Amino acid sequence: MSTTIERPATAAPVTHVGRPLDRIDGHAKVTGAARYAADAPVGDVLYAVIVQSTVAGGRIAEIDETATRAVSGVVEVLTYRNAPKIPAFPFDFTVPFAEQLAPLQSDEIHYDGQHVALVIAETFEAAREGAVLLRITYAPGPFQATLEGAHETELPDNFFGNAMQVRRADPEAAFAASEITVDATYSTPVENHNPLEPSATVAQWRDGELIVHDASQWVLGSRAAYAKAFSVDETQVRVLAPYIGGGFGCKGFFWAHQTLAAMAAKVTGRAVKLVLSREQMFTSVGHRSSTRQRLRLGASRDGTLRAVLHDVQGESARVGAFFEPAGVVTPMLFAVPALSVSHRVAKLDIPSTTAMRAPGETPGTYALGCAMDELAYACGLDPLEVLRRNETETDGESGLPFSSRNLLACYERGAEAFDWSARTHAPRSMRDGGELIGWGVAAATYPAMRSRGEARVTIDAAGTIDVASATHDLGTGMYTILAQIAADALGADPRAIRVRIGDSAFPLAPVAGGSMSSASIGPAVHAAAERIRREVISIATSAGASPLHGLRADEVHVVDGILRAKDDPARAIAYADVVRLGGSGALEALGVAEPGKEQEEYSFHSFGAQFVEVRYDEELARLRVSRALGVFDCGRVLNAKTARSQMIGGIVWGIGMALLEETVRDDRYGAVVTNNLADYHVPVNADVPAIDVLFVEEPDLKFTALGARGMGEIGITGVAAAIANAVYHATGVRVRDLPIVPEKLLGGAAQAAWRK
Amino acid sequence: MRAFEYVVADSSAAARALAREVGAARFYAGGTTLVDLMKADVERPQRVVDISRLPLTAIERRGDVVRIGALARNSDVAYDATVAQAFPAVSEALLSGASGQIRNSATIGGNLLQRTRCTYFRETRWRCNKREPGSGCDALDGFNRGHAILGTSDACIATFPGDLPVALAALSAHVVIEGDAGERTIALEDLYLLPGDEPQHETSLAPGELITAIELRVEPLHARSHYLKVRDRASYEFALASVACAVELDGGRIAQARIALGGVATVPWRAVDAEAALAGAPPDDSAFRHAADVALSGARTRAHNGYKVELAKRAIVRALRTVCGGAA
Repeated sequence: MSTTIERPATAAPVTHVGRPLDRIDGHAKVTGAARYAADAPVGDVLYAVIVQSTVAGGRIAEIDETATRAVSGVVEVLTYRNAPKIPAFPFDFTVPFAEQLAPLQSDEIHYDGQHVALVIAETFEAAREGAVLLRITYAPGPFQATLEGAHETELPDNFFGNAMQVRRADPEAAFAASEITVDATYSTPVENHNPLEPSATVAQWRDGELIVHDASQWVLGSRAAYAKAFSVDETQVRVLAPYIGGGFGCKGFFWAHQTLAAMAAKVTGRAVKLVLSREQMFTSVGHRSSTRQRLRLGASRDGTLRAVLHDVQGESARVGAFFEPAGVVTPMLFAVPALSVSHRVAKLDIPSTTAMRAPGETPGTYALGCAMDELAYACGLDPLEVLRRNETETDGESGLPFSSRNLLACYERGAEAFDWSARTHAPRSMRDGGELIGWGVAAATYPAMRSRGEARVTIDAAGTIDVASATHDLGTGMYTILAQIAADALGADPRAIRVRIGDSAFPLAPVAGGSMSSASIGPAVHAAAERIRREVISIATSAGASPLHGLRADEVHVVDGILRAKDDPARAIAYADVVRLGGSGALEALGVAEPGKEQEEYSFHSFGAQFVEVRYDEELARLRVSRALGVFDCGRVLNAKTARSQMIGGIVWGIGMALLEETVRDDRYGAVVTNNLADYHVPVNADVPAIDVLFVEEPDLKFTALGARGMGEIGITGVAAAIANAVYHATGVRVRDLPIVPEKLLGGAAQAAWRK
Repeated sequence: MRAFEYVVADSSAAARALAREVGAARFYAGGTTLVDLMKADVERPQRVVDISRLPLTAIERRGDVVRIGALARNSDVAYDATVAQAFPAVSEALLSGASGQIRNSATIGGNLLQRTRCTYFRETRWRCNKREPGSGCDALDGFNRGHAILGTSDACIATFPGDLPVALAALSAHVVIEGDAGERTIALEDLYLLPGDEPQHETSLAPGELITAIELRVEPLHARSHYLKVRDRASYEFALASVACAVELDGGRIAQARIALGGVATVPWRAVDAEAALAGAPPDDSAFRHAADVALSGARTRAHNGYKVELAKRAIVRALRTVCGGAA
């Protein structure tokens, strides 16, 4: 096996990359052939159901298992009294434990929804019945589950490499001296991910080895966590996640239910299947923190920013460490000479917050995007013009130039496609029949990240091309783009390529997070496939029995898996025949790609512009998004269809964030009350209008040879701001508190306007 | 969910007998409410009596009365030509509810008995007088954005969640009930009980009684009817406020009007005083607004549902304006 390390260099020639190829895994998914974690074909399986605490603090006083154990089929009940001991989790993010606590290790309660028991039975029904019959009595203790009154606050310095307390020049003085100022506080609620597939784990111990079918966005991270939790070597653990029914961040870290499934399998000596209920998903796999963001913008009369002060308050679990870095975009998105960003994090007795699609950027672009709109109105200027006037070519935080930044082009193409020039400036000035119309705009951004990634490409004597990497497909199209990349490098048909991912036994891949999978694994696949092609051509031109014998490598090209002499197409040989000529049975190459010194020379970010139209039936306070357009600059587009779908998904979620989504806790109990999809509203089809997506496509060759920056998360950024700005334009009311539900439009100014 | 006995009934008499044999029995028709609540451990029937195969699905017109079998599916009733023409509010109410899949499963009789979406009712961890009489009500001082402002008590503010019964209330529908003593027919409004001190008692059905049909009268008033539903999202959601109304115009005046409210009350709420206020009035916004003020005059709000007063009033005005053909 040979290894090739890819360095950003020249553009790779593309044929299949970029095309709107249908998902190669699409047929398997729609026919049910694709097996998700809970579908794992594991025989003789036991079912485990979790019981969660119903108090937010205190201790377990008493556990009565009598009725539970009397249910026919119940095999075991695990609580802190009999669960195997697990060493305290190391908590430095080297292993992705989401919470410090190993489950069922003590009688202490740290938050409402903490796992306190596991009922294991021969059938799901018996486990569920056993779970409702378990009687746990608590000695409740004090807890703090609201930002108000939080007595423990942290001022974090850093969030995964981003400074969280930032100062540039003298922002207070610059703000005070500004001709135009905006001072507004925006808030966003707790939100939950709610992927279609709830988290599920099927765990099995075999001869001291742990095999786990897991809904995991990070099979290697989960492998490391299982190994630590059960004190075994990582080589004794295999984690499989070939298909993931959406994750959005809630399957990136390692959660207590995963430990419980493996623990149950160990205790019973059987395979154990554990699927979280929808209700449990609200407390078991993290949530997005609520935020309060005060933004002070100081500007010249022409809308040019002189100072920005962005103060973020959010929450973090006492048992966790994650928080929402909502100020992360403020230092880099616009040209800002004087700046301050602060983050204050209240430590609360709640389940851990976690990454949720574009953590930081999503609430941050909302607040900043609204403040920019308020600034435009304070200056009497078109909001899009104010965005344009604050454009920068340099990342104000690092001082580095952006590798590629086409945000102005996004504004321009978007304005044209949306017909922005037809917008009239004054709030309440656009109508259609009985409805008020509002148009809003905001900038989108997300960093382009990559991590060391590896992929193995194999071609056997039957001509089968296999691509393997421990990366993941969350529904985003990873299978398909890896096939397209390999196909271009090999001169093969992408549909003839077998892609295998989501297995910790495969070559190294990072977490499917930070929108970095394509940029990390794509170049590795490319490098491995290129290597294979060179080897194949080398064999074909040197083996005596080859029709291409004697040619130089540059005299041969490969199309659809056939090598041909360029000047005599009749001289040809198929990949499979070359492999046979080589005599090794198969050719294999490991491609490795990793970031290099370009990281010190440039700032890598994607950008976009979100345009939204809302229609407002004022009498009924009925607000609907009627049109949305996102224009994105993400470098090269690897697959026009899956890229577009990913962006549409982000915009749909932005509609949910702006108008619908809120996880409500009953503050008296510190407990979630909207823990189901009837009370936690996500957009349904009828809420989603025609959405257009455009790409300003400039391959970012300073980033990788493929030139593609990640597309996972940018789609949602800026959407909520564009909607909130459109709502202001339609109604004349600034709602600075998401979601924008009818009662927030019925009060005060909106009501007065209707009464006229 | 707990283990339960499942039996299939081959006649309505057999169904009632099977239900009475055990202490806690439930009829199973479409299952869209019952199964959910069994999973949530809120409904704990010892025996589930499947009545879904009984021949109670017909929609028949006899003279001026349309009789809809209790097991007719919501979708079938919504798209029935007679219903859509003679009772537009009924068709609109049905189509505004749930999703296509649920409407294909849910039945008319079951829909009348749909239970509240109060989050404190639907999870056993909370205090709920409806679920556990005397335990208290966590909704009163909890998250009550969706809760009722009419017909409430100190024991319960749970909102009646349905759409169809609101339209049926406005159209003075009757409910046909089969019991040991034979068949009885009651006004729809008499089916529902206000929560009072005993919110566990939701209907006037006696143990073992079975709803077999509803009846609606064909008359001009009912043909000029409308159902308006206001909610957070555009589909697949319960009402924040809804209005069913019917109006009969006589020259430039309202001869008679019917108004019922959903999403804001503990039962399908007939606004009789508002109807009286409209009788003889011109069909204009001023009269509509006055009727709306009258309809909501008894509203009692809690921390998060105060907006429902104004929202319901506006919905009444809009619905009346719509049903009067924009006459205002």
